[in-house]
Amino acid sequence: MLTALSAVYADAATLADPRIAHVVVDGNRVVSRQAAPGVEVRVAQDGERLAAELVVARGAHIEAPIHTCIGFLGARGAQRIDIRLRLEPDAAATVLAHCLFPNAQAGSHAMQATIELGAGATLRYLEGHYHGLAGGMLVRPQVSVRLAAGARYFSDFSLTQGAVGRLAIEQHVSAGDDAVAEITARVFGRGKDDIRIRDELVLAGRRSRGLVKTRVALCGEARAEVVGITRGQAEGARGHMDCLELVRDRAVARAEPIVEVSHPLAKVTHEAAVGTVDQQQLETLMAHGLAPEEAIDLIVTGILQ
Amino acid sequence: MPLLIIEGLAYRANGAAILEGLGLEVREGEIHALLGANGAGKTTLARIVMGCAGYAPQAGTVSFDGCDLAGLPVHERARLGIALAWQEPARFEGLAVAQYLSLGSRGPAPPECLRRVGLPPQQFLRRALDRSLSGGERKRIELASMLALQPRLALLDEPAAGIDMPSLEEIERLILDLRAAGGAVLLITHVEPVARIADRASWLHDGRIAFTGDPAAAAARYRERA
Repeated sequence: MLTALSAVYADAATLADPRIAHVVVDGNRVVSRQAAPGVEVRVAQDGERLAAELVVARGAHIEAPIHTCIGFLGARGAQRIDIRLRLEPDAAATVLAHCLFPNAQAGSHAMQATIELGAGATLRYLEGHYHGLAGGMLVRPQVSVRLAAGARYFSDFSLTQGAVGRLAIEQHVSAGDDAVAEITARVFGRGKDDIRIRDELVLAGRRSRGLVKTRVALCGEARAEVVGITRGQAEGARGHMDCLELVRDRAVARAEPIVEVSHPLAKVTHEAAVGTVDQQQLETLMAHGLAPEEAIDLIVTGILQ
Repeated sequence: MPLLIIEGLAYRANGAAILEGLGLEVREGEIHALLGANGAGKTTLARIVMGCAGYAPQAGTVSFDGCDLAGLPVHERARLGIALAWQEPARFEGLAVAQYLSLGSRGPAPPECLRRVGLPPQQFLRRALDRSLSGGERKRIELASMLALQPRLALLDEPAAGIDMPSLEEIERLILDLRAAGGAVLLITHVEPVARIADRASWLHDGRIAFTGDPAAAAARYRERA
């Protein structure tokens, strides 16, 4: 698994560093785990289901990213993982979640994650998927996030390499007073990939703020449906949703932004663009001598970065 | 020697005549100002020359260095040496300024191009060409890209728009640099003082070129009608 990781992540060797907390799972088997000062790591197996818990201690600022490396290397497999990630008040950490399915031809990865950020805590959660070209994976991350007062949560989900297969993301974030949430998903679908993203942000606390950003590029016969929901429920809450889906060939994209405001002093805005590459962007790059396909590739690469 | 020759050009959109029998020549190595009021068709003319989608003329010819441009897509015109600095340049997520200035570059390296439009390279090279840039910053980067491209013909569409007045001298220097590098410039503007550095100027009025000659005389005609 670590060898596979090193193929896509240049700093994989750092997992051997005793100061870096990590969990490495191949299928439903824990390959390696390591706690670090300020970070507890617990793993339990229940039949086919694996449960992992990471806790960052109150006030601890973890400099080095915490790594989770989860996947399987075989052609077939089914993985079910529960992850609980808890940052105690005023803690700060970055989690790099590597999800590797380089050889999968038929398999599934179901993850249920519960993330709790105590008051004033800050978490950056960066999840990168690396799939093979067979397109046989079903990936179902279900994430529930609760932010206490003043907590800050930044997540970035990326699946831009290899074939997606079927992807169904469901994320629900609830933000308390003065909390901040920024949720980004970037996916490149091709072939017959099927992509469904549902992000729900509830701005329940006063002066809570949030951004839901989605970038999807599709080609071939891929399909995508992006549902973004933001609810402004408290005084001074501010939310924005920004969805961009680029479509080529016979691909089909759908965006459904839902805005709900139930407090007169809350405000939520949204923008969605679904369709082909912007003509002026295309011609600007062509005016630098790029052929149309080269220009489109550059635009798509840019929005997925 | 004329580099760009436009003859009998007609362009209609939504039933309205924008350009009607327009003729214009831009000579090799000259700065040619194109003056005209808002809505006169200056930007339309730039897009026709660049070959943008939806801007195929209904009549007339556009030739560049003896080559009829009819049917040539934008990138092939660019490879002939035509470049366009847009009036309102596009924004790009994830495309760094340095990378943009390297696309098709035959001129100075990106840091030098930025310096020449008054932008500190260390602050801008790694930034994305996205909405985090102000309109003026994006505009200057677009002009810097002309320096990088070193085109044989630069179409500068309202280069002074959105740029503060003290910076106009920098823009003028850039235009002179483009000429010094051997290129011709079609300087499109509705702001008459910007045309003062031109070698010749034309006044676009009622869909056709109403005057071509000395920039001061063209500016006077334009001023009278404005």
